[in-house]
Amino acid sequence: MKILVGYKRVVDYNVRIQVKPDGSGVVTDGVKLSANPFDDIALEEALRLREKGVADEVIVVGIGPADLTAHLRNGLAMGANRAIHVTTDDAVQPLTAARVFLKLVEKEQPGLVILGKQAIDDDANQTGQMLAALWDRPQATFASQVEIADGKATVTREVDAGLEVIEAELPAVITTDLRLNEPRFIKLPDIMKAKSKPIDTIEFGSLGVEAHDHLKTTHHAAPAKRSKGVMMKDAAELVAALKQKGLL
Amino acid sequence: MSKILVIAEHLGGKLNSATARAVSAAIAIKGEAIDVLVLSDAPDAIAAEAAQIDGVSRVFTVARPENAHPLAAVLAPQVAKAAAGYSHVFVPSTTFGKDVAPRVAALLGVAQVSDVMSVEAAHTFKRPIYAGNAIITVEADAAHTVVATIRSASWPAAATGTSSAPVEALALDVALPTHTRFIELKQGSSDRPDLQSASKVVSGGRGVGSKENFDIIFKFADRIGAAVGASRAAVDAGYVPSDLQVGQTGKIIAPELYMAIGISGAIQHLTGIKDAGTIVAINKDAEAPIFEIADFGLVGDLFKLLPEIAQELT
Repeated sequence: MKILVGYKRVVDYNVRIQVKPDGSGVVTDGVKLSANPFDDIALEEALRLREKGVADEVIVVGIGPADLTAHLRNGLAMGANRAIHVTTDDAVQPLTAARVFLKLVEKEQPGLVILGKQAIDDDANQTGQMLAALWDRPQATFASQVEIADGKATVTREVDAGLEVIEAELPAVITTDLRLNEPRFIKLPDIMKAKSKPIDTIEFGSLGVEAHDHLKTTHHAAPAKRSKGVMMKDAAELVAALKQKGLL
Repeated sequence: MSKILVIAEHLGGKLNSATARAVSAAIAIKGEAIDVLVLSDAPDAIAAEAAQIDGVSRVFTVARPENAHPLAAVLAPQVAKAAAGYSHVFVPSTTFGKDVAPRVAALLGVAQVSDVMSVEAAHTFKRPIYAGNAIITVEADAAHTVVATIRSASWPAAATGTSSAPVEALALDVALPTHTRFIELKQGSSDRPDLQSASKVVSGGRGVGSKENFDIIFKFADRIGAAVGASRAAVDAGYVPSDLQVGQTGKIIAPELYMAIGISGAIQHLTGIKDAGTIVAINKDAEAPIFEIADFGLVGDLFKLLPEIAQELT
């Protein structure tokens, strides 16, 4: 079985992002970029399934400009067999991304697609669900445990009420939550090996996907700041302050 | 004119309060009708609750045995079918809504607006990106149905009690897939208030030190009638189960009082509590980032201070 893994490049999660003063966007020039953390978890899970003999090929997929190739090499160094790079200079919204993935699914016929539950830049949390809908296959979102046997996935999902277990016939789409696994580190020799692994480059326009960007972002703003509070000298003072506000 | 369909979230035969919060966002559209859709195997009691929410025009129920559990693959085709004639479909931005809504949007061939914080106009919304570090204004194409998830922490629950909307059974002719099956739900059993709707929350972090030590957090929360939360560090260390996690990757909450005990205040945690009314931080490190956003800070040993606070309350 083949596994397709979405591998988005985003502003590194440690970067404290800045909104441009004119509200046109956030500052991304010269800012450190890295793999979306949830996608690293998705790739790790796919690699573990290959190591268990459940899968025989893991393919990382990226959608973005020409220099995204370097990012995909990281996925190959982590252990993916090959990469697919769908090239476009335009920002891609989740529905369009899902349509791109559907085209790749039709071409590659994977048994499983693993995506992160959300990208930490747009925080949309949509692409996996949308792909599952367009593909008319099961979805198991927010996965914290995955077991594959007898043509089906048994997935434990992190839901507000606790942990939900569902069973999904393959092929299916799984999106990863933080607790699914601890992604491995990339070793130097693997970076060298990754250089000889294949990357298919596909022009976005050649896929026959129409970008329907129904959402227009018209303004970016910094969030409202909370005013700095006061330090209390002891428990008594704190309790008095909270009582005065009617909170205790 | 706008007509809004709100998808009800429920568990164990009871309506989740996130639904009334989504109704508040629907009211902000100032449309001509707000209808609520209840998909369940036994929707009657849930529909009766939904009918009492102020602003709701009608409640539709779809009673099918397949709807006994909230499986997105089963619910989404029904919601997509019911959405015909509506300008907006609103779903709470809970794990339920986040699972179902994008599947509905894709079936309708439309984009989705995630985590709506405010409604600026019928097709203009504000939502957070980059873990709440930027707020964007987005305009949806008015020619298509808007599917949106509503960020619970940004909206008060619409009032209930004075209204009584008619309830109608809806017959939807939709074939449902059998490729996805519910096995079980493991719930952290608790008599304490629900974390997401509680007016007071006491959270513990890595500073609490151990699973056993976390008892002091539970005891203190019970003392003041609060729900218990935790930072990701406390969850990862195994002190408490993950459904207590507050933050970007856990629950986003907006209680009147939030007490962060032994929590340093990483960005991903602060994202979950930014909209709390009053934030209290208790930490032995005076330099902890949590003090930058706390309304009241207290530096010291939590094991000494929490009993002192409890003492002050007697």
